[in-house]
Amino acid sequence: MATIEKSLTQVKEPAATWDVERIRADFPVLRQTVNGKPLVYLDNAASSQVPQVVIERGSMYLEQEHSNIHRGVHYLSQKATTAYEGARETVKRFINARESKECIFVRGATEGINLVMNGYGRKFIGAGDEIIISAMEHHANIVPWQMLCEEKGARLRVIPMNDAGELLLDEYDALLNERTKLVAVTHVSNALGTINPVKDIIERAHKYGVPVVIDGAQSAPHMPVDVQDLDCDFYAFSGHKIFAPTGSGVIYGKAALLEKMNPFQGGGDMIKSVTFEKTTFADLPNKFEAGTPAIASQIGLGAAIDYLNTIGREQAALHEHELLRYATERLSKIEGVRIIGTAREKASVLSFVIDEVHPHDIGTILDQEGIAIRAGHHCAQPVMQRFNIPATARASFAFYNTKEEVDALANTIEKVIEIFS
Amino acid sequence: MSELSELYQQVILDHNKKPRNFRKLEGANHSAEGYNPLCGDHLTVYLQLEDDAVKDVSFEGSGCAISKAAASMMTQAVKGKTKPEVEQLFQEFHTMVMGDPEEELAPNQLGNLTIFAGVREFPVRVKCATLSWHTMHAALNNQELVSTE
Repeated sequence: MATIEKSLTQVKEPAATWDVERIRADFPVLRQTVNGKPLVYLDNAASSQVPQVVIERGSMYLEQEHSNIHRGVHYLSQKATTAYEGARETVKRFINARESKECIFVRGATEGINLVMNGYGRKFIGAGDEIIISAMEHHANIVPWQMLCEEKGARLRVIPMNDAGELLLDEYDALLNERTKLVAVTHVSNALGTINPVKDIIERAHKYGVPVVIDGAQSAPHMPVDVQDLDCDFYAFSGHKIFAPTGSGVIYGKAALLEKMNPFQGGGDMIKSVTFEKTTFADLPNKFEAGTPAIASQIGLGAAIDYLNTIGREQAALHEHELLRYATERLSKIEGVRIIGTAREKASVLSFVIDEVHPHDIGTILDQEGIAIRAGHHCAQPVMQRFNIPATARASFAFYNTKEEVDALANTIEKVIEIFS
Repeated sequence: MSELSELYQQVILDHNKKPRNFRKLEGANHSAEGYNPLCGDHLTVYLQLEDDAVKDVSFEGSGCAISKAAASMMTQAVKGKTKPEVEQLFQEFHTMVMGDPEEELAPNQLGNLTIFAGVREFPVRVKCATLSWHTMHAALNNQELVSTE
């Protein structure tokens, strides 16, 4: 623990400007070369890197505290339970939930949305009902609802977007009606970077008494989130996109809704009593956490949030914003490059295509220079169809990225164009 | 950048820009669709088989430079060949791109297709180079759809 406290205090004093080198020193994975070049990691929207303090917290758990939670009277089980529930308290403060029991631990945003689909959707949505999603959803916020509609005979409606990648809210208004039973919208688009006006979207849905699911996978890492201020009914995010290990994540739900929902999975830890005739389910949050969870990963999520709080989230967001602005400016000046997603409000994602060059070829050439980006449809094929492109190349930033890395990206893109000219 | 220039040789870039036999084949009696769900590459191979030989062949679709050039050069290589000869080329091509980049190429009938040996340095791009060949194999064997996954 001593080392953890020490490294935390090392970053505690607020810096006048963003000291990116000091921040980078917290991330061991960034200290490597790829193909003989310093690693330039610009695939943060797919998965972000893990700081030393989070690695150490996970190791400490495995070295000193590991046991199963919620079921042992012995010392280690109590230690593990305390650490796991402590992470839940940290999450509660992070998103400003009213109570920690509203924060259900899941494998990631995908599992969170599937939990709502199964627990809420299957119970409260029926034939003829309508579910509204948006044109810029990740497959994780399309497919579960499609499956539900198929099963129940409900109808999926889609809020369209303009060529900049902004949702058309007038069209949304036109879709809302008394048949609408759920709205599920992403906070920030993973393929376009658009920040959606979710507070407004939620308010409009609530006029019809319709609950709203927010996919927060791309917003939680980049902006403060206050679920009470948003008044969202559900909010899902993934730990591995917010500097924690894979296998961690959260679905927040308003207690009143979670309580009237069906459980998600059945098994150990989610029950009060079991007989062959009848099972009574546990109270929140255990009702939704069947089986042994990813204890080390969720404790890591708590540590990652602690880390974010120590470095200063607002300053981190400002730095990311400046990187996005700079990268947009640099890439806009390269002839043949077209940026996909030009919304006024954007966060951290820069999707682009190059005339006559397939994104996978861009990705391979960038990789040779040690630059990691994502090339493909970004699990958002309808977005690609909307823009009539097979795929994009996507650079996505975190607060540990630098302007020099953006320069490396821009220079190598020029090289790509040269090779294919 | 030497491995890169091995991968993106002028011939490959040229076939990417101006793919040969890039059209729907009227009079095709065999065809198959190939799909790589991971990257979205998608192509259709058309064959006109007569007496077990490839009288004509074409393809259409979209994909990266490697997959497009591989398809384009494949159509040139298999035209006029018998079915067993095409299957033999497919095997040799497959063995080549899956091979160890440190080793010499085994003797083969691949001719200018050996240009794709550069793909060995890029394991994630092997599927791009073989998609059209798998699709050709499917078309020859009367399968309609083939997926890399």
